[in-house]
Amino acid sequence: MTLIASSIGRKVAMALSGLFLIVFLTQHFTINLTSVFSKTVFNEISHFMGNNPLVQFVLQPILIFGVLFHFLMGFILEIQNSKSRTINYASYKGSANAPWTSRNMILSGIVILSFLGLHFYDFWFPEMNYKYVEVLPLNSERYFEEMIHKFQNPIRVGIYSLSFLFLALHLYHGFASSFQSVGVNNKYSKAFKPFAVAFSVIVPLGFVFIALFHYFIAF
Amino acid sequence: MNLILKVWRQPNSETKGKIETYPISNISPDMSFLEMMDVLNEQLMTQQIDPIAFDHDCREGICGMCSMFINGEAHGPDRLVTTCQLHMRKFKDGETIVIEPFRAKAFPVIKDLTVDRSAFDRVQHAGGFISVNTSGNTQDANSIPIDKHDADNAFDAATCIGCGACVATCKNASAMLFVSAKVSQYALLPQGKIEASDRVMNMVKQMDEEGFGNCTNTGACEVECPKGISLENIARMNREYLFSNLKG
Repeated sequence: MTLIASSIGRKVAMALSGLFLIVFLTQHFTINLTSVFSKTVFNEISHFMGNNPLVQFVLQPILIFGVLFHFLMGFILEIQNSKSRTINYASYKGSANAPWTSRNMILSGIVILSFLGLHFYDFWFPEMNYKYVEVLPLNSERYFEEMIHKFQNPIRVGIYSLSFLFLALHLYHGFASSFQSVGVNNKYSKAFKPFAVAFSVIVPLGFVFIALFHYFIAF
Repeated sequence: MNLILKVWRQPNSETKGKIETYPISNISPDMSFLEMMDVLNEQLMTQQIDPIAFDHDCREGICGMCSMFINGEAHGPDRLVTTCQLHMRKFKDGETIVIEPFRAKAFPVIKDLTVDRSAFDRVQHAGGFISVNTSGNTQDANSIPIDKHDADNAFDAATCIGCGACVATCKNASAMLFVSAKVSQYALLPQGKIEASDRVMNMVKQMDEEGFGNCTNTGACEVECPKGISLENIARMNREYLFSNLKG
């Protein structure tokens, strides 16, 4: 209890939940990427993920908890931090000593959270409705077509792309920073930093590429 | 040099403050910032205006007393210097300079530009020491072999002068760089390892009680620190704190 109540404990909790979400993001990206190469493989993996009891009833609740925890803790920390300086500076040059990405994690986080709302509306709620409310028959061929259908709207593709740009900015600070938070700042973590930076650029832009690919292929 | 100074004036901790504007002329580029403030105060006194209260002591970058937030940066636009080491040649003729106190809930303003940084003292009292019998039988520290790398890192951490620039510049008013330097300067040495667990637990507890914000790894503290204290110290403190918690 002492650990999570302390400023360092909360910082570590943010870092670990962020790293967990990065693992999820990697597997989500890998699955989405298969849609570029093979409709069949994408459908097979999606069907497995959507119907495997372990994924549905163990991993999915853990993931939702991880997402909610990361966002709620982020908001709580932001509110606490805003109270630690009761009078703001008349002149404050934040850009002189810290990058934009590190100073605006709450902003990029809010954009990502808003996107998750859209993503749930587009995919998760219809999926829950299909399987557990209307209890429609299993159909392992439907996933690719459902995804393609969503990527026909240029406004949706635009919002999707913009959101992933903010995810890139969020990860650019958050990924490497999570190692510092858990106490790893040495020659090994410094060597890892270029990987974290590359990941924060390649994976979100990869998601954007997949969306644009399906939009233009269908177009 | 002729300058326009916009200075935070606040009679005491209970009264609301505001920015006052003072033009000043004939300032030498070779003056230190504090010498310029001395000239301003002379000018104010001749005009029957209360001189500006500001912290200063050694005026050679060692004591950590000077504490102004100048044009949006702790200790002004230069790097690895305190305000007393900042020279007027870093500013342009005719420039407007905004001078404010270090701002944090844990650093309440006493008057004008002076702030109460005793929160740092209380953090230090909570564990920033080693318990040694100093009755005369103390072992010579030089007889204890210490790895050169550890000795250098401990010395680097010990160069923290506790000025509070890290808190002032952090967007969250976090004191992690200061506390981590004080933890590290002992944690790396054999004399400090005995109480390492209690030290980090007590100092972090006190830091949180003082109302400092949470660290979000922006790195601004390291950039603005006049002594170049490294973020590696914060990682070390996080490690020490986690292991201490796990040990129970």
